[in-house]
Amino acid sequence: MEWVNAVVQGTLLGGLYALFAAGLSLIFGVMRLVNIAHGDLIVLAAYLGLTTTIALGVDPLLTLVVVVPLMALIGYLLQRFVLNQTLGDDILPPLLVTFGISVIIQNALLEVYSADPQNMDAGALENAGINLGSFAIGVLPLLTFIIAVAVIAALQWTFYRTALGRAFRATSDNQEIAQIMGLNKAHVFALAMALALGVTAIAGVLLGIRTSFDPSIGGGRLIFGFEAVIIGGLGNLWGTLIGGIILGVAQTVGAAINPGWQILAGHLAFLIVLAIRPNGLFPRISG
Amino acid sequence: MLEPILNISGLDAHYGDFQALYGLDLHVDEGEVLAIIGANGAGKTTLLRSIAGLMRNGDEQVRYRGRPIGGLRADQIALSGITLVPEGRQLFPSLSVEENLVIGGRVKRSGPWFLNAIYELFPILAERRHQAATSLSGGQQQMVAIGRALMANPDLILFDEISLGLAPIIIKDIYDALPGIVSSGMSAVIVEQDIAKALSVSARVYCLQEGRVSLEGASETVSREDISRAYFGVA
Repeated sequence: MEWVNAVVQGTLLGGLYALFAAGLSLIFGVMRLVNIAHGDLIVLAAYLGLTTTIALGVDPLLTLVVVVPLMALIGYLLQRFVLNQTLGDDILPPLLVTFGISVIIQNALLEVYSADPQNMDAGALENAGINLGSFAIGVLPLLTFIIAVAVIAALQWTFYRTALGRAFRATSDNQEIAQIMGLNKAHVFALAMALALGVTAIAGVLLGIRTSFDPSIGGGRLIFGFEAVIIGGLGNLWGTLIGGIILGVAQTVGAAINPGWQILAGHLAFLIVLAIRPNGLFPRISG
Repeated sequence: MLEPILNISGLDAHYGDFQALYGLDLHVDEGEVLAIIGANGAGKTTLLRSIAGLMRNGDEQVRYRGRPIGGLRADQIALSGITLVPEGRQLFPSLSVEENLVIGGRVKRSGPWFLNAIYELFPILAERRHQAATSLSGGQQQMVAIGRALMANPDLILFDEISLGLAPIIIKDIYDALPGIVSSGMSAVIVEQDIAKALSVSARVYCLQEGRVSLEGASETVSREDISRAYFGVA
């Protein structure tokens, strides 16, 4: 039963990783931008959630009403006025600039909030569980997983069923011809980043409720997000969910064998997939 | 006399250090079909890209309905009523046939062209509407590319080498559809390698040679000798 428990817990954890990864997957899919600051933006969202709960005295989950639009706005402005200038034939400038943004966010958070670990108090939700006989699942991880599936489904729907998604796909396919169709690519890309950071906001707030956080943990979240994207295959949102689950299960199973192996087992699963299927399990676009 | 819908004066265009157009002068009259011919590298595609805003040159070098547009972005020019059927079709591979057409209509200008009108013009596209655009044959893809441009209900449509790589029978079908397209008063610029085709559908013709206009005249009256001189630069 210990193994079933590990797999179930890992699957639920995978929902959180899929949320880390969905924003990365989206912006890479639309504009081939690799966002090194993604992990720090997740942490920024957690801090914005923390500030909102304290300022307004509301439940952490309710802060999403504030944090999601705020992060989306940050995303729009960041893309429109900074990152669009870095896009071109050379992939190096966006990497360098987002790396710089990563450093700036970390230091700004350190300056404002200090290096002390913080936590958002969600009250009874944090410890509530559902008993399944020999083991129990937490309500919060279950809720996170359900939100992750809903977010991926909503992104998928947006991408393939709406005018906005059509604009994303067309601009991604051929920027020049998309312009000829009257699409301003600077605006389209900024909307994509807004959507991606809206999802990142959800990931950050859920992370902040689940565990304690400090300004330095962004890099680790970035790695988990990257690994989920790569395992699932570039440009495939459902693949990203599967990638997150594989990563989560590998980590919890690794931890069940030896508590010290949790992170290592996740990386090993990633490396095995990379060795066997360099394009991931369900690639839609070639890297 | 009516003011031309498009007036180009002294247009210079560069790719880095390479100059592709040298002080080009050209105009398109309201409702006319204009042909542009010339050898490879004469600057035909560069000219169309400059009009469509994919290359931005001096603001005053391109005027559309009297308004300088040379410095505008392509999407701004699209909204003002100019559209391009690009060389090589360049459909969006991630989009279905119908989505390719619908995205052409997102500039939301009013006019005779909407989805069903395109399907009446090219019935085969209605059958294939849910397929990936790139799964069609070359001729059908060209129909999608033309339909996509028409969906914008442009006042000026630019055709870049629409017969390139297509079978003669398909080329005939597509050119047969042209009079119906421009009969609504739309102005058109046709860049074409097939000189006979270009002359047969147009009222006026320009020949470009090495980035300059080497011949301008009425399509009916230009002689073969004039054209070959203008084309190759030899007597």
